[in-house]
Amino acid sequence: MGYDLNMKVWRGDESGGELTDYVVPVEEGEVVLDALHRLQATQAGDLAVRWNCKAGKCGSCSAEINGKPRLTCMTRLSVFEPGETVTVTPLRTFPVIRDLVTDVSYNYEKAKKVPPLSPEPRQADGTYRMQQEDVERGQEFRKCIECFLCQSVCHVIRDHEDNKEAFSGPRLFLRYAELEMHPLETKDHREAAKAEAGVGLCNITKCCTEVCPESIKITDNAIIPVKERVVDRSYDPLVWLGSKIFRRSADD
Amino acid sequence: MTTPGPEQPDPERQSGGTGTATAAAPSGPLAGGVHEPTRADIGEKTLRKDRYWVTPAITVIVLVAWLTYGVVRVFMQDYYYVDEHHYLTPFYSPCTSTGCVEEAAHFGRFTPNHALIPFAVLSLPLLLVFRLTCYYYRKAYYRSFWLSPPACAVPDGHKRYTGETRFPLILQNLHRYTFYLAAAIVLINTWDMILAFGGDEGFGIGLGNLILIFNVVMLWLYTLSCHSCRHVTGGRLRHFSRHPLRYRWWTFVSKLNTRHMLYAWMSLGTLALVDFYIMGVAAGWFDDLRFL
Repeated sequence: MGYDLNMKVWRGDESGGELTDYVVPVEEGEVVLDALHRLQATQAGDLAVRWNCKAGKCGSCSAEINGKPRLTCMTRLSVFEPGETVTVTPLRTFPVIRDLVTDVSYNYEKAKKVPPLSPEPRQADGTYRMQQEDVERGQEFRKCIECFLCQSVCHVIRDHEDNKEAFSGPRLFLRYAELEMHPLETKDHREAAKAEAGVGLCNITKCCTEVCPESIKITDNAIIPVKERVVDRSYDPLVWLGSKIFRRSADD
Repeated sequence: MTTPGPEQPDPERQSGGTGTATAAAPSGPLAGGVHEPTRADIGEKTLRKDRYWVTPAITVIVLVAWLTYGVVRVFMQDYYYVDEHHYLTPFYSPCTSTGCVEEAAHFGRFTPNHALIPFAVLSLPLLLVFRLTCYYYRKAYYRSFWLSPPACAVPDGHKRYTGETRFPLILQNLHRYTFYLAAAIVLINTWDMILAFGGDEGFGIGLGNLILIFNVVMLWLYTLSCHSCRHVTGGRLRHFSRHPLRYRWWTFVSKLNTRHMLYAWMSLGTLALVDFYIMGVAAGWFDDLRFL
């Protein structure tokens, strides 16, 4: 059964903009992206909205819906109260390009700083061998679709532009965690996680985990383990002593 | 998601709707954060309309109430031991003050007896720091007391932010040491719980014993589900396959760790419950319900 949805959509660019009111006919079972597409098709042909798969797997249609960073393609209209106005704005952490499209290149610049995997040499038969329990741990991080909702919600950069230089953000901490836990990795990335990525700036308030559409436990399974590894290297005298006396290393 | 190329604003843009706000980029106190000039020009700091303030408000109320109760009880220096059933409240364990009754001092009496020094002065500061540096409680009080941030996508209440990189918050990194010490204190609480089965008339079980057991179970669950425990038991390893026993231990701790928040609140509640019960019995407000 169809109905009219009241929407406010941010229209504008870097020079300024406004929340614009629309009434969009929608059908039961539709998502916010459907409403935006209908709006684009019938009333606002020049509405800029980035999207691709419409299945929650490409991470393109990230926006803020009623103030919360979400994927527009995975936000059902049925979650809103009847008659509730749905407000859609671009991600408020990144520079806006036009309407709902933001410049997310910050994330790619930070990704360039993540060191590549430095695996041990191949075995005599030319293969790598890894045990299942060692491989499993990093699989969760591979679910990331790079929607950057976690980056957008992170108050370290959302509310403090000056931290963008020193802080890479939750999505990139997944990368550091994966490197640190990778069974073939030979290098120590703890100093890079501390100095290059700024993991110490994170105060683990878990908003990244709350907004992740892939339900990755970013804080518990990536950020805190990375923080604990940084403690091993930089703040724990007993671990330091153990590494000197028993020659223990992160390669255990 | 691909990096967008440069786009030019179209002066002839079609608009089918009605504009509701045309605020220029704020300057002065509003500038910065979501009001940076390059970001979408939206006047409101947050567009969230849900009651996001409820959870931080409840957190403040409960923690302040608990701390108030705890401070009153710690400095009451009375009604902490039920002689008849050997119940000792965890707020006074280990009771090391020279002011402790002899039967409650399982580890000797050697700390000064002073109105401003808790009878369990060796354990209480450690337990306080253990909870203060706990990864869950950090989230709770950063959000609710420090408003950094009060809720997701709601601006934090501070102009500058350095996270946990500087003194004093850099000391949060010592959480693992407080975990080791807290685990030792839970062992002492467990010993107190066992001793409470042997009252003046020999072995017996009362409601107080059940509450003590429940409390110790919750304390163990909270302590073992700690993120630092998860790291030191096996999380720091790169190869679980080379350490099968530690892998199994890490797997167990990881399962507990998913409920760390629950255990944090439950153990806070059981601590207050067992203390109140023992205070009530010791003060003669009510009798212990005996089963055996």
